[in-house]
Amino acid sequence: MTGDNEIVVSVRDLHTWFELRRWGIVRVGNVRAVDGISFDLKRGESVAFVGESGCGKSTLARTLLGLHIPTSGKVFFEGINMQELDRKGLLDYRARVGFVQQDPYGALPPFMDVRRILREPLIIHGVGDRKEQESRIRESMEDVRLSPPEEFLHKFPHMLSGGQQQRVVIARALMLKPSMIIADEPVSMLDASVRVEILNLLRNIQKTRQLTLAFITHDLSTVRYFAERVFVMYAGRIVEKSTVDNLLEHPAHPYTRALLDALPDPDPENAARMRELPSGEPPSLIDPPSGCRFHPRCPHAIKGLCEVDIPPDFEPGEGHTAACWLHRQ
Amino acid sequence: MNRFMTGLRQIGQYPSAMAGILVILFLVGLSLYAVFAIPYRQALDLWRGGEIWQDHPRNAAPAWVNWFRLNNLPSTIIVEKSSADVESENFQGWSRVRIPLEFSYTYDEFPSEMNLFLKSRFQDKGPFIRLFWETPDGREILLGGHRPRLSHRVALSQDRNLERRLDAPPHMALLSLPDDIDKRKVLKGDYRLVIDAVFFEEESSLETKFISYGRVHGPAGTDHQRRDIMVALLWGTPIALAFGLLAAVGTTITTLIIAATGVWFGNWIDAAIQRITEVNMILPMLPILVMVGALYSRSIWVMLGVVVLLGIFSAGIKMYRAMLLPIRESPYIEAARAYGAGHSRIILRYMIPRVLPVLIPGFVTLIPTFVFLEASLAVLGLGDPVLPTWGKVLHDAQGESALYNGYYYWVISPAFMLMLTGLGFAMLGFALDRIFNPRLRSI
Repeated sequence: MTGDNEIVVSVRDLHTWFELRRWGIVRVGNVRAVDGISFDLKRGESVAFVGESGCGKSTLARTLLGLHIPTSGKVFFEGINMQELDRKGLLDYRARVGFVQQDPYGALPPFMDVRRILREPLIIHGVGDRKEQESRIRESMEDVRLSPPEEFLHKFPHMLSGGQQQRVVIARALMLKPSMIIADEPVSMLDASVRVEILNLLRNIQKTRQLTLAFITHDLSTVRYFAERVFVMYAGRIVEKSTVDNLLEHPAHPYTRALLDALPDPDPENAARMRELPSGEPPSLIDPPSGCRFHPRCPHAIKGLCEVDIPPDFEPGEGHTAACWLHRQ
Repeated sequence: MNRFMTGLRQIGQYPSAMAGILVILFLVGLSLYAVFAIPYRQALDLWRGGEIWQDHPRNAAPAWVNWFRLNNLPSTIIVEKSSADVESENFQGWSRVRIPLEFSYTYDEFPSEMNLFLKSRFQDKGPFIRLFWETPDGREILLGGHRPRLSHRVALSQDRNLERRLDAPPHMALLSLPDDIDKRKVLKGDYRLVIDAVFFEEESSLETKFISYGRVHGPAGTDHQRRDIMVALLWGTPIALAFGLLAAVGTTITTLIIAATGVWFGNWIDAAIQRITEVNMILPMLPILVMVGALYSRSIWVMLGVVVLLGIFSAGIKMYRAMLLPIRESPYIEAARAYGAGHSRIILRYMIPRVLPVLIPGFVTLIPTFVFLEASLAVLGLGDPVLPTWGKVLHDAQGESALYNGYYYWVISPAFMLMLTGLGFAMLGFALDRIFNPRLRSI
């Protein structure tokens, strides 16, 4: 890891709940998509958020982007409380955070050509005149290796391959020279052949520009190469935070272990072995289980404790936290 | 807009679309011609009717009906004094002038009317005139004596005395042999109307104009007020196109923007828009327009305004909403929010362009429906009071029982223009529909 330890994003006890209403007026409950999350991201660091579908990863990303309004908790970005931003402040904030989405084709307006797509953020933020915008567009296209730019400037998204589309999405996220990029499963919709290319590209850009990269994925196998730290999420909470190597070697939370066990492993012996996987469904976010949210599926659940009290973060090792009563000593 | 441009390039593959474009171009050309050939003020003056049209026949058929007839219907013949040999004798204090108006009549049918227009100048005592009719076979018929006022019309064909004396309507009897009048046979040849005038003042003078009104006129014929229907056919084109286009643009754009706004903001804004639309959808358009026309104004622009107002919250909102709802959730909209696009930018630049190509065919076919609406209003008597439009021609035709009286051209020509407009836009619209909605294409 390069750079200093300056904290770029600091999240404290963040909750993002969605109200459920019947007939548009009667409140019948909340979907607790993000339910009490705290973490810090440092400058120039790449952090992976891992978890299964519906665990609140994407809601967390959208809350950080200011697309969802948090129900409670605080988000500090470069020392500024996001909730206190006015319109102008929010606009500036949005220039500081880039967003790379899952589906590159869906993420690009189909009726705009590449030049227009890349110019839009500049127009909205009133950056430079036409000439300067043009040179910035070319520059960032070179950065994502869409070269020569002339070949792509007039193309519409449907004329590009999936990998090229995702490069345009990345270029757009970089247009406003952000200090953080949030990538929501940036390669899950791409062909296996271009995944590594795109991930390497993101990683290189992140390293050369000293960007903070929040990398959301459900695929633990790529995490090792593209992140320094991993946050494992389950049912709206972060259950384990660790450096990548440590997590892969010594997973502390039973859920993390289950995730790691589920990874495909090209070992012929596996054909004969049945894997132990947690039974049951991911819990409902409307009415989450009491205590530790993983306890109904946990093979090590401690009766009388896990289903009663929510486990705080314990530290099984240096820079390693796990919200699990198993580590309570 | 790439989808739009590639779509337009495909038009060449659809002969119906090309035919539709040709029809629309023809209508546009006709509009331009109308606007330049007959300036707006002049068109209004012409359509107001009256004196301007006194040289035109009443209810004359278009000239082209002669192509389908064995007996040629007559055109209008105008003979003026300047083209005649004037003999004059001067006496003390008075003078006598003989003005022969000559013309040759070669048509197979009788004219519709005959009028003599006299304009005399005098101080106290006007001239006295006697009229003689000389036929090719050498008969001379006295038509009577007149003391013309300053501006005087001698309606020969409506002269009851003359009719009794000749035993037939004068404009027929004068143009045939006495024995042939029952057979309705025209005596072709050179006729003379001699005006024998006596002036009692030195400064007196007389202008004369004889008109034998034909039964065909111009390319479109004339109506009961002698107006050339061509004026309305020509000027009806730009008015119909402008009304149709403005109404279609006005309703489509406002509806689209309102639908997109409702979809984007959701919640109570969307609910309010939906409720207003539902109420508006059950309001009957035509009775409201009839009320506005009867109680407030029949100006075409007021009507246009009411049509657009009633069209804003129309059923289209429901359709656009259904199309826009999935677009609202598109990742590219989320991305636009993430890089700071505001509400209006998202609605106008990100949501609407996405559905525009699909709406273009509907927009093109919407234009003629408003053209028809305007014509319907005019037929119902709610047309603009001053503008010459196709619908007003139909209204007049209905008022004068045109079909009962056999004036088919009076109904057919404006109806043809309306159908041509509908056809042109429909052919283009349906082809565009196939281009932009490929599922409609046959396999």
